[in-house]
Amino acid sequence: MNDESTTRRPRGELVLSLRGVSKNFGAVSALADIELDVHAGEVVALVGDNGAGKSTLVKILAGAHQPTSGTIEFGGRPITLADPAAALDLGIATVFQDLALCENLDVVANIFLGRELSPLCLDEVTMEVRAWTLLNELSARIPDVRDVVASLSGGQRQTVAIARSLLLDPKLIMLDEPTAALGVAQTAEVLNLIERVRDRGHAVIMISHNMEDVRAVADRIVVLRLGRNNGVFDPDSSNQDLVAAITGASENAVSRRAGRHQPAQAAARTPS
Amino acid sequence: MSQETSAAVPPPALLDRSDVRVRHATGFGGSVAAFVDRVRSGDLGSLPVVVGLVIIWTVFTSLNPVFLSANNLVNLLFDCATVGVISLGIVSVLMVGQIDLSVGSMSGFASALVGTLWVNHGWPLAAAIVLAVAVGCAVGALYALLFNRLGMPSFVATLAGLLAILGLQLYVLGASGSINLPYGSTIVDFGQLMVLPAAVSHGLALLPGAAILALGLRTRARRAAVRLSAPSLGGLVARALVITVLLEVVVAYLDRGRGVPLMFGVFLAMAAAMDYALTRTRWGRSMNAVGGNREAARRAGIPVRAIYTSAFVLCAGLASLGGVLAAARLASASQQAGTGDVNLNAIAAAVIGGTSLFGGRGSAYSAVLGVIVIQSIASGLTLLNLSSSLRFMITGAVLAIAVIVDSLARQSRVSHGRA
Repeated sequence: MNDESTTRRPRGELVLSLRGVSKNFGAVSALADIELDVHAGEVVALVGDNGAGKSTLVKILAGAHQPTSGTIEFGGRPITLADPAAALDLGIATVFQDLALCENLDVVANIFLGRELSPLCLDEVTMEVRAWTLLNELSARIPDVRDVVASLSGGQRQTVAIARSLLLDPKLIMLDEPTAALGVAQTAEVLNLIERVRDRGHAVIMISHNMEDVRAVADRIVVLRLGRNNGVFDPDSSNQDLVAAITGASENAVSRRAGRHQPAQAAARTPS
Repeated sequence: MSQETSAAVPPPALLDRSDVRVRHATGFGGSVAAFVDRVRSGDLGSLPVVVGLVIIWTVFTSLNPVFLSANNLVNLLFDCATVGVISLGIVSVLMVGQIDLSVGSMSGFASALVGTLWVNHGWPLAAAIVLAVAVGCAVGALYALLFNRLGMPSFVATLAGLLAILGLQLYVLGASGSINLPYGSTIVDFGQLMVLPAAVSHGLALLPGAAILALGLRTRARRAAVRLSAPSLGGLVARALVITVLLEVVVAYLDRGRGVPLMFGVFLAMAAAMDYALTRTRWGRSMNAVGGNREAARRAGIPVRAIYTSAFVLCAGLASLGGVLAAARLASASQQAGTGDVNLNAIAAAVIGGTSLFGGRGSAYSAVLGVIVIQSIASGLTLLNLSSSLRFMITGAVLAIAVIVDSLARQSRVSHGRA
């Protein structure tokens, strides 16, 4: 698609490693024997149909749910994530789909919410400098950090949420549907942001339904289906393969259309 | 001067001025323009209440010139302090988007407690007051428990409290129904007579301006040191000057009468402390966050339940203190204390002053401005010899107008992208 997705960067150290992780809700097996590796400086896209277990997996890693069985290794050590605070302390940050920002507070207050500097006499100047530094590192386009979040666009709010998750310099960042409900330009902005987060050396797990977005930034695409691993794909793999892995059927509307258009596309590609 | 130097030496670009799309106000003219801009988009701040106050005072003075006499204003400020302290507590619960409807009963109960313990049982005055305030805090903690653990809406919990505490007040007062506090005692003098000496009040009136200037200059220096834009020096000096001149004129005028009530001075100091706590501490930031988006606050690791508890405890505690002050003002603790319009006056004062009923927006000073409006109406109507039926109706209308202005301003803020 573009140069960046085709040039392979050397992988960083292994940050997160899941082996045989399962999660049962009563009789329902939401996740079964999940294997997942994430390296530093890598964007792993987690895709799958509704009910495939993506959100359950993210909640386990965020410390909101405990796995029924299996081991989670983080930075080479086996860990248990008892609660969200434990995950945060280890360096696992999560940006949930509903961004959970306080619209009545300004950008600085939101980035530092719950982690304000000098609690009895807030150090606004230092916090503002840190906020600008963080946003500038992400080349984020926020007009003024003293504006309340209510005045920001959807993409800018996503930026604030991501900047906030970076404040504690986590090793792993999980983004749940970061581009849902965003316009074209804002989506591009957020995807750029994700690349810059990766280039800072963070490991990124991104959940998305949008194959275009996934292919634009992901280094690997992990497909879940009905709570199980259903293949790991290259960002260059065809839409048809991906959809087949996600839905579990090779015969569907996407494959039929691909079948119809293949000759035409092949013809168009040959001159170049 | 410093504006020119910052304009003349652009190379180290300011950290917060690198985005060319944003217009930034510079200098004194810029500050004024930014203010007009803010008001136009519905971020009215305390402007409506100031305008309303000017209208109310003009009308009442034209109907009865005594209204604006120094001594009437001094009396008005004495009355403001009692309801104002209760209203400060209301600001704290409104900040987190809750309400306490029992502040009137709570204040009446506290005055009854002080009356019986001090006058009838011979307790030391200080001990009686401390116990009354502690009982208030305990009631607040109970509301918080009902709200946090049992999910009882604060509206209902405090409505039940309103009745229950009124019952306690009647029980404590017993058959007599009224206890007179002795004239000549410190607390009654405090509530009725004590004023700040002229020199002290003039000195204290210099404080806010001096604080604005000193803190402003410090912030300017710190921001400049880390390459952040600094507020204009002209605007800073102008603000400090305007506030100082305004306060000095008011103090000089009040000193032509009896002087500035000590009780009102204490109330202002409490409002200033509350403002500091709400805007400059992590607790205040958490209060704003919980009022704005409870779920976001929870996920940010803020102890949401503790914040709610602190708000309820503060509110009921301040209501008790306000009740003690009211008893001092009236030199009695009676069955009527805290009933009638005390409850709604305290809530109306906070709302009229600009604290939102929906949480996450408000300031301690809104209680000060709002209570002056409410008491001005009460005092003006009393001077006109109007019945309390008319007084209730007019106060109700003013409250309605205040909420309408707040609501319209909110819609405008939303459409202009301001929270």
